[in-house]
Amino acid sequence: MTKNIHIKNGLLVDPLAGTENKADLFLADGKIVAVANAPAGFVADEVIDATGLVVAPGLVDFAARLREPGQEYKATLASEMAAAVAGGISSVVCTPDTDPVLDEVGLVTMLRQRSKTLDLARVYPVGALTRGLKGVEITEMAQLHEAGCVAFSQGDVPIADLQVLYRAMLYAANYGFELRLRPEEASLVNDGVAHDGPYASRLGLTGIPVVAETIAIAQITQLMRATGCKVHLARVSSAAGLELIRAAKREGLKLTCDVSINHIHLVDLDIGFFDSQYRFDPPLRSVADRDAIVAALNDGTVDMICSDHAPVDDDGKLLPFAQAERGATGLELLLPLTLAWARANQVALPQALAKISSTPAKALGFEAGLAVGNRADLVLFNPQANWYVIPEKLKSQGKNTPFIGHEMIGKVAKTIVKGKVVYSA
Amino acid sequence: MYNPQLNAQGELIHLLTTEGLPRRILHQILDKAAEFVSGGELVNQKFADLAGTSVFNLFFENSTRTRTTFEIAAKRLSADVSSLNIQASSTAKGETLLDTVHNLEAMGANLFVVRHSESGAAHLIAKHVKPGIAVVNAGDGRHAHPTQAMLDMFTIRHYKGDFTNLRIAIVGDVLHSRVARSQIHALSTLGCPDIRVIAPKTLLPTGVEQLGVHVYHDMAEGLKDVDVVAMLRLQNERMAGAYLPSTQEFFKYYGLTPEKLALAKPDAIVMHPGPMNRGVEIDSAVADGDQAVILPQVTFGIAVRMAVLSIVTANQKGLL
Repeated sequence: MTKNIHIKNGLLVDPLAGTENKADLFLADGKIVAVANAPAGFVADEVIDATGLVVAPGLVDFAARLREPGQEYKATLASEMAAAVAGGISSVVCTPDTDPVLDEVGLVTMLRQRSKTLDLARVYPVGALTRGLKGVEITEMAQLHEAGCVAFSQGDVPIADLQVLYRAMLYAANYGFELRLRPEEASLVNDGVAHDGPYASRLGLTGIPVVAETIAIAQITQLMRATGCKVHLARVSSAAGLELIRAAKREGLKLTCDVSINHIHLVDLDIGFFDSQYRFDPPLRSVADRDAIVAALNDGTVDMICSDHAPVDDDGKLLPFAQAERGATGLELLLPLTLAWARANQVALPQALAKISSTPAKALGFEAGLAVGNRADLVLFNPQANWYVIPEKLKSQGKNTPFIGHEMIGKVAKTIVKGKVVYSA
Repeated sequence: MYNPQLNAQGELIHLLTTEGLPRRILHQILDKAAEFVSGGELVNQKFADLAGTSVFNLFFENSTRTRTTFEIAAKRLSADVSSLNIQASSTAKGETLLDTVHNLEAMGANLFVVRHSESGAAHLIAKHVKPGIAVVNAGDGRHAHPTQAMLDMFTIRHYKGDFTNLRIAIVGDVLHSRVARSQIHALSTLGCPDIRVIAPKTLLPTGVEQLGVHVYHDMAEGLKDVDVVAMLRLQNERMAGAYLPSTQEFFKYYGLTPEKLALAKPDAIVMHPGPMNRGVEIDSAVADGDQAVILPQVTFGIAVRMAVLSIVTANQKGLL
């Protein structure tokens, strides 16, 4: 049951309105019912003293792998939802690459039901674009949409056959569905495991050239022009790729994109002596590419930042670099790593939080703001408090991340979803 | 960057790559190897450096030559040697690389000689073995083959004396070559002022010039006045991957023939890590000619491997 909550003395940061000011906030029936002054007759069941804390809309993570069903040895819905709310995330967009993949209405319904039972963060499933993610037959997109899928994607598996992608985009455009595509030309990735540059050459690791990304972006944007399909490009990694996106946006294509927290902060050189914690898909690219990502975040070419959460167990990482599993845990690092980008680039808090709340929320069809009538999905965090990434202390079942031992600044105090406190530090 | 090959005193405890090793240590290996060579031949004597030491040759990738030379080297130093062809055993049954290593540790291993098809495998093992156990990389993926590079350095020093005035060309499939990478790092550290790589663009790694080499795509230009020609092996599977149109075309433009060798200095030596593809990367007239030092390389290889095994074992025991 939702309570009437009075949050007092917090710094309200509203990424939707672009404002920050000290005021009280009043929640009832799962919504924000008043700002500054209590509405008539409001009786608080709970008063939260937010002195020294930022009060902002709950974060929206645009790309997380929840591993359930099928890979519960890596993570479960329960463990990852606990991690999400510990990270201040109230809405999680999950990718379809579970086992079995989310290509049937029954699976989507089950996932949504299970997440509702957990009653922590909201889960927004992205349906598989093709059956089994095999890239051959398109899924029953309209029915999957009715079952709750917010968009369609191939996960990290590119479609090899352009004819299939062309038809999938035509079909999706018919209903106005958005496709979330990882821009990657598989034949150019081949057996590559790291950014194709001098450092991979030095380590003798097979490279993935930037052209694997740019060719795919060029193909996707051409198909967008031909089909009118809306596309979100997931985890763009290169300067050249971002330049193509910038041009496509100028042209007016309905194109958005995200980058991962890892690619904002890390580069190929960080791999060191084959540290598999730094194995990502797409690979960590050069310093120049990382700088271009930061510049594109600053100028708005990149719409949002995602955690790219991918829980991997130790067995998946204790292998030679090329055989190690890709990815890292990220739900609990989304906020502090976004804040680190903002601090380093003098980006104001409302604009920074927009990349991880109001902008992805808009893509999901709701407003993540602090105005009366908005959802009572909130995060309360101390922007100055520091903590260290200690694997055992992470709520996620995935303990692997290149940020182990790093200092994070920005600590979540409470997360509220649907007007209910679901996490308290 | 932290160098996992060195202990807190800066001494060599594993040999994983020639990259980042101080010149002092490269010379230490060469000097120690020289103790096992006399008049260009191995000293015909058994040494006690590894007495009581269990050496395990872990070959996750096929190799006869390298494995045999490591076996001979370890036995000449009085070690107990076990060679495992892992492809046919545990990992084929699903055991992980580190499980295999930990099992052999439990059997009393003191030193692992590791060959693996993946770059970085030797680093991974070195990171996870118990203190006191040494790891010697016998070739990992495309990354490093440090003992091969050091035997090449030994050969160069044997014939040319010094590195600081030499012009050296490395020819062929640099992209896939762990030997070339290790040679380049060792030559750079030893002060070689002109290291050249000669290959078609399809067989060169991206940004190879950042390793400190001059890049040539033409043998006539690249071989001009060099003191050493280090040929690389070309594997036939390169043809299937669209790296090259044919072995014949490769031989025509990049194979080492007497005519092309004549562009180098008259006293230039020709090296090859073996096994050779005659008529693909090297002409028989060159391979069997006066300037080839390919067989002495094999002899020196045992001495260098003895030196490396001796040094890392002593340092792990804290005797030096």
